[in-house]
Amino acid sequence: MTDLQTGVIPTPERGSRSPSLKLSGLRKAFGDVVAVDGLDLEVASGECFGLLGPNGAGKTTTIEICEGLTEPDAGQVQLLGLDWNTGARALRQRIGVQLQETQFPDKLTVEETLRLFRSFYRQGISVDESIRTAQLEEKRGARVGTLSGGQKQRLAMACALVGDPELLFLDEPTTGLDPQARRHLWDLVDQLKLAGRTIILTTHYMEEAERLCDRVAIIDHGRVIARGTVQQLIASVGAEHVVEFAVTGEERSHGVVNAAALLAIPGIQSHRVDAGLHQLSVSELHVAVPRIFAALSAQGLHLSEFRTHSASLEDVFVGLTGRNLRDE
Amino acid sequence: MNRLEQSSLYQLTIVRFRLILREPEAIFWIFIFPILLAVGLGIAFRNRPADVLRVGATTGQLARALAEDKGLSASTMDEVRGAKALATGNILLLAIESPAGVTYKFDDTNPDARTARMLVDRDLQAAAGQRDAVHVQNQLVHETGSRYIDFVIPGLLGMNLMGSAMWGLGFSIVEARQKKLLKRLVASPMPRWQYLMSFILSRLAMLVLEVLAFLGFARLVFGVPFRGPLWQLGFLCVLTSLAFSALGLLVASRAKNMEVVSGLMNLVMLPMWILSGIFFSASRFPIVIQPLVRALPLTAAIDAMRGNMLQGMSLGQLGIPVAILTAWLVAAFGVSLRIFRWR
Repeated sequence: MTDLQTGVIPTPERGSRSPSLKLSGLRKAFGDVVAVDGLDLEVASGECFGLLGPNGAGKTTTIEICEGLTEPDAGQVQLLGLDWNTGARALRQRIGVQLQETQFPDKLTVEETLRLFRSFYRQGISVDESIRTAQLEEKRGARVGTLSGGQKQRLAMACALVGDPELLFLDEPTTGLDPQARRHLWDLVDQLKLAGRTIILTTHYMEEAERLCDRVAIIDHGRVIARGTVQQLIASVGAEHVVEFAVTGEERSHGVVNAAALLAIPGIQSHRVDAGLHQLSVSELHVAVPRIFAALSAQGLHLSEFRTHSASLEDVFVGLTGRNLRDE
Repeated sequence: MNRLEQSSLYQLTIVRFRLILREPEAIFWIFIFPILLAVGLGIAFRNRPADVLRVGATTGQLARALAEDKGLSASTMDEVRGAKALATGNILLLAIESPAGVTYKFDDTNPDARTARMLVDRDLQAAAGQRDAVHVQNQLVHETGSRYIDFVIPGLLGMNLMGSAMWGLGFSIVEARQKKLLKRLVASPMPRWQYLMSFILSRLAMLVLEVLAFLGFARLVFGVPFRGPLWQLGFLCVLTSLAFSALGLLVASRAKNMEVVSGLMNLVMLPMWILSGIFFSASRFPIVIQPLVRALPLTAAIDAMRGNMLQGMSLGQLGIPVAILTAWLVAAFGVSLRIFRWR
């Protein structure tokens, strides 16, 4: 696994000041399990940065080290020019945190919960404003126990926002939400981005990273295996389209595809098989597809499935690790 | 008012208070249950005129000799029916006339049966002509403060303070830890001491209501005496509640889920329910385990409250139990702060 473009991607222009977050050589093990294994990262001010990876890749451990909740075994963490050893009190006032699976007390109302969290911060937005931002006006007096999953997640966001943080950490903000609630939350993150906050979020949904993040780091087994803008990462696959097909063969060929014949077709960059489904990275779809048909038919194979899509972060991950993001 | 509302200690405390009041079960256990228990015990152990003891006799002659005695209710029955009545507890003693004299059939481990034996024997001997050698007179005393209900009210008060403090702290903290709320709070700038302090403040506020309701009921309905200074009784209640809050904090300081903390709670409280003299005097236990019994915080709490309420002892005379409670408070609080798991 190689770091695709170390030094290739310049820090984005708008981060003219010192980075909001800088991690170097971060390492953390829980017993025998190495969760974070030498991780380096820089996030510029005003950026929305995504940590993308499968479950168990070390995203949550990384973000909790950043939040000062977990002590790293080795490595440096710098946030807003401060570190947790000397600047913890100041940092707590300046960051906002939304953790995975926090359950707020069911018997408190939305407003009471936010009033409580607001009281911890010296400066911040009003409770009313946080309720408005999270679009929970109608639920202001409702008990937390009666909220839907999406509303609870927006409440968690509102709790992260009441201190008017410069740096916002969102750990899997949409996991477990239905598509509509997810889109609703994305809109909320969009607003926060427009307001110029620095946001660091983890996700294992590539659509989420593609939709929200200015830059993404793909994490696997506790290391960054690729980083850059979504466009740069997709370009790194080497082809902008993916063709997927499955075949049923005649007796004599036993349904075995001759991969060399496919790779000989101009515009086809790579071929892999996953559970009977063949995947090709293709640069010129209109030229390649007729030839793929011809090649398969020449091998005496019949297509039982055929589809194409534009290359996505999923394909970047598959290309780098040979596994699907959702496998784990 | 507005500044107060912005204070995080105020918010944490008021949140605790709301959460307690919105939990109907908690209200039942804290306020209703001890009163129900007191009522039940008050009825079961109310002071009645001395019991009339039911006995059987095999001949009408024997039964007539016993009929005069107001403490006995004698009926005639044959030996077979009598044995059955004895076995089912309908009578305490069966007097059987035989050629050699009279045989008493009874269970000598039952105090009432032993009393019945004495009464029956006295009546039969008198009927046969025996006379008292010494002339005696009875002077009867029924004083408030020496009744069972007077004894048990301080015991129930101590038990209730233990339960509400330990469950109140232990359960809420472990629930917050299990639901990752504790971790979320620690990720905010909340001062950690204020979180723990909010539990103590809300506990003390609940304590006032709880103690007033229970002792007020005991006073109005049973006329239980308060012989010691009331402020000192208040001090003892606060000290007891704080000591058990510290113990609750200790039990909850590392437990990760409700099952673990429930088990630990019962492990800690069960010996005290049995040994600390809630329903009967703790001095009934063998001498070898008395040092252990005396060292338990609930024993100390109940001793001190009985001393204050029933014997009118002052704090100065209750130095030992107060010292034991204070030692538990300091030790449990100190250890739990050191080992507390914030996430």
